[in-house]
This record gives sequence, structure tokens and C-alpha cells, in this order.
Amino acid sequence: MTIAMPAPDAQVIAQRPQIVAALRAVLPADAVIDDPHETRAYECDALTAYRCPPLAVVLPRTTAEVAAAMRVSHGLGVPVVPRGAGTSLAGGALPTADCVILGTMRLNAFLDIDLANRYVRVQSGVTNLSVSAELEPLGFFYAPDPSSQLACTIAGNIAMNSGGAHCLKYGVTTNNLLGATVVLTTGEIIELGGPEPGPAGLDLLGVLCGSEGQLGVVTEATLRILPRPEGARPVLIGFDSPEVAGECVANIIRSGVLPVAIEYMDEPCLRAVESFAKAGYPDCPAVLIVEVEGSKAEIDDQIARIRAIADALNPVEFRESRNADESLAIWKGRKSAFGAMGRLGDYICLDGTVPVGQLPHTLRRIGELSRQHGLEVANVFHAGDGNMHPLILFDANTPGDLARAEAFGADILRLCVEVGGCLTGEHGVGVEKRDLMGDQYDPDDLAIQMQVKDVFDPGWLLNPAKVFPLEASAAHRAHTAPLAAAE
Amino acid sequence: MQTTFTPEQLADPLTARSNEILRTCVHCGFCTATCPTYKVLGDELDSPRGRIYLIKDMLENARVPDDKTVTHIDRCLSCLSCMTTCPSGVHYMHLVDHAREYIEQNYRRPLPDRVLRWVLARILPYPGRFRLALLGAKLGRPFRRLIPDARLRAMLDMAPRDIPAPSRNDSPQVFAAQGPRRKRVALLTGCAQRALNTDINDATIRLLRRHGCEVVIPRGMGCCGALTHHMGRTGESHAFAAANIRALTAEIDGAGLDALVINTSGCGTTVKDYGHMFAGGPLEADAARVAALAKDITEVMADLGLTDATHAVPLRVGYHAACSLQHGQGIKATPKELLAAAGFTVLEPRDSHICCGSAGTYNLMQPAISAELKARKVATLEATSPQVISAGNIGCMMQIGSGTAVPVVHTVELLDWATGGPRPQALRHAA
Ligand SMILES: Cc1cc2nc3c(=O)[nH]c(=O)nc-3n(C[C@H](O)[C@H](O)[C@H](O)COP(=O)(O)OP(=O)(O)OC[C@H]3O[C@@H](n4cnc5c(N)ncnc54)[C@H](O)[C@@H]3O)c2cc1C
Ligand code: SF4
Ligand code: SF4
Repeated sequence: MTIAMPAPDAQVIAQRPQIVAALRAVLPADAVIDDPHETRAYECDALTAYRCPPLAVVLPRTTAEVAAAMRVSHGLGVPVVPRGAGTSLAGGALPTADCVILGTMRLNAFLDIDLANRYVRVQSGVTNLSVSAELEPLGFFYAPDPSSQLACTIAGNIAMNSGGAHCLKYGVTTNNLLGATVVLTTGEIIELGGPEPGPAGLDLLGVLCGSEGQLGVVTEATLRILPRPEGARPVLIGFDSPEVAGECVANIIRSGVLPVAIEYMDEPCLRAVESFAKAGYPDCPAVLIVEVEGSKAEIDDQIARIRAIADALNPVEFRESRNADESLAIWKGRKSAFGAMGRLGDYICLDGTVPVGQLPHTLRRIGELSRQHGLEVANVFHAGDGNMHPLILFDANTPGDLARAEAFGADILRLCVEVGGCLTGEHGVGVEKRDLMGDQYDPDDLAIQMQVKDVFDPGWLLNPAKVFPLEASAAHRAHTAPLAAAE
Repeated sequence: MQTTFTPEQLADPLTARSNEILRTCVHCGFCTATCPTYKVLGDELDSPRGRIYLIKDMLENARVPDDKTVTHIDRCLSCLSCMTTCPSGVHYMHLVDHAREYIEQNYRRPLPDRVLRWVLARILPYPGRFRLALLGAKLGRPFRRLIPDARLRAMLDMAPRDIPAPSRNDSPQVFAAQGPRRKRVALLTGCAQRALNTDINDATIRLLRRHGCEVVIPRGMGCCGALTHHMGRTGESHAFAAANIRALTAEIDGAGLDALVINTSGCGTTVKDYGHMFAGGPLEADAARVAALAKDITEVMADLGLTDATHAVPLRVGYHAACSLQHGQGIKATPKELLAAAGFTVLEPRDSHICCGSAGTYNLMQPAISAELKARKVATLEATSPQVISAGNIGCMMQIGSGTAVPVVHTVELLDWATGGPRPQALRHAA
């Protein structure tokens, strides 16, 4: 493990019984967990290379209970790490030994569905997919669709500003978020934004979205919803080489056609996915899933234009989905790609963004780096907006293998920055990319970002060891000295 | 996920298998979303991923199971919804089975728990004893309020109002095929089902014979072993399973068998896993042969094709997918296709992948969670306005039936009716 976490605060750990008792005093009995066998199951999210059982876990059901828990932790100077479904691939929900994990998955009620004004209001622990499922009979949907949408929560999506395959057309979480109820570190409850578009004043909601649980705990959210399109159809385009597939993506975007999604999967990934989803993907080195939507005429027209672009590059195969079941299988496969890769072995999943025009070059360079590091890499990603997800395969039970995989990963992310891209597209920084932030931002940029955190959370109690390199944040985190014990 | 078993630990085949399973889990959390207990309780510890973690920790450290770990594993329904969801192919069933056995061997349950489990293991698998117990429970029902333990009250509530007399069809014998013989099949007549409802086997036998099957009830068969297996009582469950394997092997080597037909999907899941159960032992080959022959009744009927399915009233049927069928055996579309082919309008409730809370003895052991799941299932089924509800598993039928006024029947009863059998008992008084 190459990413360090700060030493836990011994004073907080020494106060453990008092902290647990104080939490028990304000929360229902089944909402506080401190048995060491039980807290262990909360020691990591989907980035399992980094693990640490928290001091305690609280599972509130209401905004008021969240606020009560926050008041207790604030009063006793205990760090709090918010957690949704724990699907973060960046270690965003990784605990420290001196922290309380505050899980918001029990806040799972639908509060309001307003079709006329096109929004829903939900508690933040509802899963992403359940929002669209709830709306389906009404003919609406919520657009951002992370592949983890079955499990991940709206709270986590807001914290990470999550994206998904269909964000090429509809934008990511921040483009679909209208308002939020947030509990600040002191326990104060504030409202940001609201159902009406673009309220006056500073866009604090924009600051909150993507803040990785560092500014406040989101307990409710108002989300923009859209009428379901008349129809949608994916096509599968297979190519002989990754670079040519990358070229095809750039050519589609350049032509002005705007599909809802352009997804890329390479051969190792296709193999793993096919055995789960049985979608009949073409058997070749690189496959694109391109989905278009609209009326039948619109779909036919767009597909004809895409076919012309693809044909110029000699695809191995070009196949339209013939029916709803087939489309479902194609997407089921794509959305379970990361999980299915588990069939091949352990992996770390990266998340960097490059300009679409740089895709062919970047894919070639990743191939070279793979040979250099002697580790296999699989690629599956949102090609339309250049959001790459190389999956580096390694063996977690072989000592030293993880460190090699991480070194390879860091090289890939630096490559993304080098070609004009960015360290993260949608998974967030968390701990995973924390120490690379200096490659993307200069010290002044980082200082300004940390000052924003200072305003919301002067004591740096919320998710303090993430996002900013530890040396850079050390002075800010020093405020963490426990305040006077609660009376 | 990384694991830390020592080479000595991995020398044990069960541990080696568990290690293999744990290594394929990538901790992605997808499975949490479709786990019924996580939906009800909202705690990672009551989700598949949390249980996998608890089990990993317990097995790796070879420690005496603690109360909390046991509680969370006891709360698992073994509905296997997590296996359907898992993209990585994590075989949760084998892992939790191992954990249950480990707990049974290394953990001392509180006395009332031990007594309850002992009683269930001594009664349920034996139709004669179970029938007596049901009669007793019926007599005991007026004293319900005096009983302190919610689990014992749940047992009383389970006893149906009408307890059928034993059916002669369930005794060892051979039923000739009607018309030319197309297949020779054995029927697993089951244990608890024989005491609770004799119509299901009767309908199954009629249906199979009508479609050209010679139906054998082999001598020496009994409980499939699932009930005790889910309690981690491996010795007992293996004894039951071994008896069946011997009885069926005699049949296979004698007059031959084309299939072992099972109409209780909970049993089907276990019988289909006999091969794994006896892996590395002397019965391995025979167990694998039996497992390969095991088929749910709907699989067999899909293979045979329904003939002249014109006799039933085309009712609106709310189809309840039993977990052991949809998740345990991966049979999802077949029963619905058969019902549609038999002229019924098939309705599927929302969240059809979520368990009804019956889950073998779960409704007796975990009455609170079970009741919540029952209420949810009944509500979603009733929302489809069905005239009758059909399911492929006796446990689900009892569970749902106790929560709704809509008649509940076994899928074979409807198929039997449609192809010329009698109207199902539960529909006789309905219009
Ligand atoms: C297989 C797989 C596929 C994935 N695919 C995608 C994808 O396509 N697109 C994508 O964008 N991401 C993807 N992810 C990453 C992950 O699912 C997202 O980051 C998701 O938004 C996390 O949501 P969660 O509810 O699991 O949050 P968690 O993992 O629990 O937490 C994530 C972050 O949110 C913070 N947080 C949680 N709850 C709150 C709250 N109530 N208030 C404030 N902060 C909070 C946490 O502190 C943490 O920093 C994928 C993950 C997996 C495992
Ligand atoms: S879905 Fe599968 S791989 Fe993912 S956490 Fe659950 S069991 Fe593990
Ligand atoms: S078997 Fe069912 S109850 Fe048990 S963990 Fe899996 S989904 Fe949950």
C-alpha cells in the first residue's frame, strides 16, 4: 500500500466509550454500531486495497438524526466520514480508526414527484436506479446513469459528481441537480438551490456537487427529471484495433451527430462480460456501443450516418440491436463490466479523462505502458466524452503486486494530464488520486480549494484525509484538535 | 478480494472452496441492492457483501463465531438473489452453507434456540411427525396469546386450517403413462409438502401421465436434506441426501430414468447441488448423476410441450417467482410461458426478484423480517389484481396464502386443470 493515511487521533480513540454513549443517547438503538466484528464490514468501499475499521458506525433514518449525530461528533471533535452505498472506487468512503462512519442508506424515501415542474425530491440514500424505476410508469427518468446505478446512492452521486454512459447527451450529476438539504459539521441544517432553475446568488450547490463529502452531509436532494425518449437503439461496432475504434469515436463526435452514449470495451473486458450478460458481443479487439434515441425516423437517420462513418474505417462488424431484450442485454453487459472483470482476477479501476481527439494516442500509450510494467490492462469506458477506465489486473495475494499496479496506474493518470486531460472523470479523487493532485494543480489552486473547505468545515472533521495531498492539508487539518468535551 | 488463509487452512476442501469464492468478490456492492434483508434493515451487515465480509473474517481467523456474526448470518434468507445479481459470479450459496456448518459446529446457541432448532430438525423432514404436529398446533391455536416466544407463535400460525389426510399417491409405486410412453421419470414427493398439501403431487402425477410419462415413486426416498442443510446440520442433511441418492441410483441402474421431477423448488435447488455436497466422497459419482437428472416440473413440461391446453377458465394469474426457482435454479421465463400457453393471463408483480420471506424455516426463525417481506410481497401481487396467485414452491404458497384472500395454487395445479385435470381445490368455491 503506497497511499498513507494520517495517524489516528489518540485522544479521540481514548474517548471511544464516551463517544459511543453520546451517540447512543441521541440515536435509536439499532443506529449505532461499535462491535469490532461489525465495524470491520465497513472498513472499505469498492477500493478494497485500502482498509481500516472505523471507531463506530451510525445509521440514521432522518435529517434530524443526522444532525444529532453531527452535533455529537462536532462537540467531541470526532472526524466523520459520510457513506452511501460504499461503491466508491476512489476510497471516498474509506474510514480512519478515529472516525465515525455516517451511513445515509436508510434515508430512502421518495418525498415529492412533480411532473409539471419536472423534478423529484428524494432522501439522499435512495439508489440511483430506483429513481428512474419509480418514474418509469409515469414516463420519466433521471438521466445520470453510473454503471453502479443499481446500488449507488444519490448522496454518493452528488458527492462524486457521478456520470454514466448516457451523460454524453444529458450531462453529469451537477447538470441534473436542482437542490439539496445539507447538514453542516455543526449539525446546522441548510437548504441549497431548489426546484426553480438558477436561483439568485452564488452557486453553492455547484460547490457542493463533487465535494466528496467534505463540506456537509447531504440528506435530501431535488433532481431534474426528463420525459423518456420515444425510442432508443444501441449498435455494436467491432474493430481490429483499439486505435481505430478511438478514431471512430473522434469522427462521430466531429461529424455533429450526438448519440446518447458511445461506450468502448476491449477484448479482455468483452470476454468477462459475455460470460455474465450473454449479449452476443462481437469477438474482436475493440467494440463500441453507440446508442441513439428519438423517433424511429430519427434513429434510422442517425444510425445511417454513424454507419457511414464507421464503414470508412473497415469495421469487423456493425450490428443494430433488433429488440428491447437485446438492447437490455447489451447494456446489462456494459454496466456490469467492472464487476464481471472480477472473474479474471483482482484489478484496480482507474478514471481519467482525455480530449476525445487524443483517444487513439492514449490507447496506444497505455498498451506500451502495460508492456513496460508487465501487467495486463483492460479498457472499458465512456468514449464519447473521453472518460477512460483502464482496469489494471494484478494478484492481491501476491506481495508487491499491488504496488506495481499502482505505479502503472499513476503513469496512466499522468499521461491523461499530459495530453490535456484530467485525473478524474467521475469517480472522484478520494484517497486513490489524492497524492496525484499536485500533478494537476499548482499549490495556489489547491490552497484556494482548501480555503473553501475551511469555510464549511473549519475544524476539518468531515472526511479530512481525502482529496488533498496530506502535506498540503496538514496545516488545515491541525485545527482538528478536539474541542472541549461535550458537557 | 485479498484473502489471508494459510496453506494449512487451504488444505481443507471446504475452506479452499470458500477462498476461491472470496477471491472472485470485488466488493462492488451491486448485490446489496437486491438483497431483501438489506432492503428491510438498511445495514451493510445484513447485505450479501457485509455477510461475505463477516464470513471471511470468521473463517480466516478460525475464531469462535460471535453473537453478532451469527445474528447477521441467521438473518440471511438463502434466497440467492445476490447470486443472480453478482456480475463476478460469486457463489454465495456455497460460502454461506460453509459458514452455517462452521457456526453449527463452533457456536453454542442459547438454549431456546437450540431446542427450537432441534424440534424443527426432528419434525419437519418427516411427513408423519409433521402431520401430527400440525394437528397439535391446530388444537393449540386458541392458547396462542399465552405463548411467550414469537417464533413459537409463528409456528402455530403456520398450521393450515385444513390438514389433509395422507395421499396414497405418495407411497412407493409406479404410475403408467397414458398413451405411448415418452419418458420414465421419478417424482420427489418431498416431506413437509406431503403433510401440508397433497393436491400438488396428485396434480403433478396426473399432468405427467397425461403427457406420456411413466411416473415412479421410488422406495426409500424422503426429505431432500434442504431443511437441515440450511441449519448447518450437515450430518443429518447428508444422511437424507444419501438415502435419496441410493434409492435413485437403484432406479437409474434398474429400469432407467429420464428425469427426477421436483415440484418444490426449494428442494430442487438442493438436489441439483448434490454433486457439490458429496464432492471428494465415495458417493460423488452417483450424487452427480442424480443432480444432473434433477429437473423442476416446469422444465420437464417445457420439454414435453403442453397438449390440448384448452380446459381451464382463462383467469388472471399473478405469478410469484419462488427464489429457489428464479435465483437458485435460474428458471425465470419457463413457468410464465407455460401458464400463458395454457391460456392464462400472466401478471408479474413489481420487485418480483425479492423474496416473500418464507425461505424454508425462515418464517419460523425470523418472524419479524419474514412478516415485513410477506406484507410487501402480498401488496405488490395484489396490485396486479390477480384472480389467482400461482407459485412453484409450497413454502411461498403458505406464506403468501396467509396474507391474502386471493386463492394461491401451485403452478402445476393450473397446468393440470388446463390440460384436462380437475379445477384446483383452492378455486372450487370461487366463481
Ligand atoms: C462496478 C462499479 C461501477 C461504477 N461505475 C461508475 C460510473 O459509471 N460512473 C461513476 O461516476 N461512478 C461509477 N462508480 C463509482 C461509484 O459508484 C460512484 O462514485 C457513486 O456515486 C458512489 O456512490 P455511493 O452511494 O456508493 O457512495 P459511497 O461510495 O458510499 O461514497 C462516495 C463518496 O460520497 C461521500 N458521501 C456519501 N454519502 C454522502 C452524504 N450523504 N453526504 C455527503 N457525502 C456523502 C462519501 O464520503 C464518499 O466520499 C462505479 C463503481 C463501481 C463499484
Ligand atoms: S455483487 Fe458480487 S462481486 Fe460485487 S460485492 Fe456482491 S458478491 Fe461481491
Ligand atoms: S441469499 Fe438473499 S438474504 Fe442472503 S445475502 Fe443473498 S440476497 Fe441477501
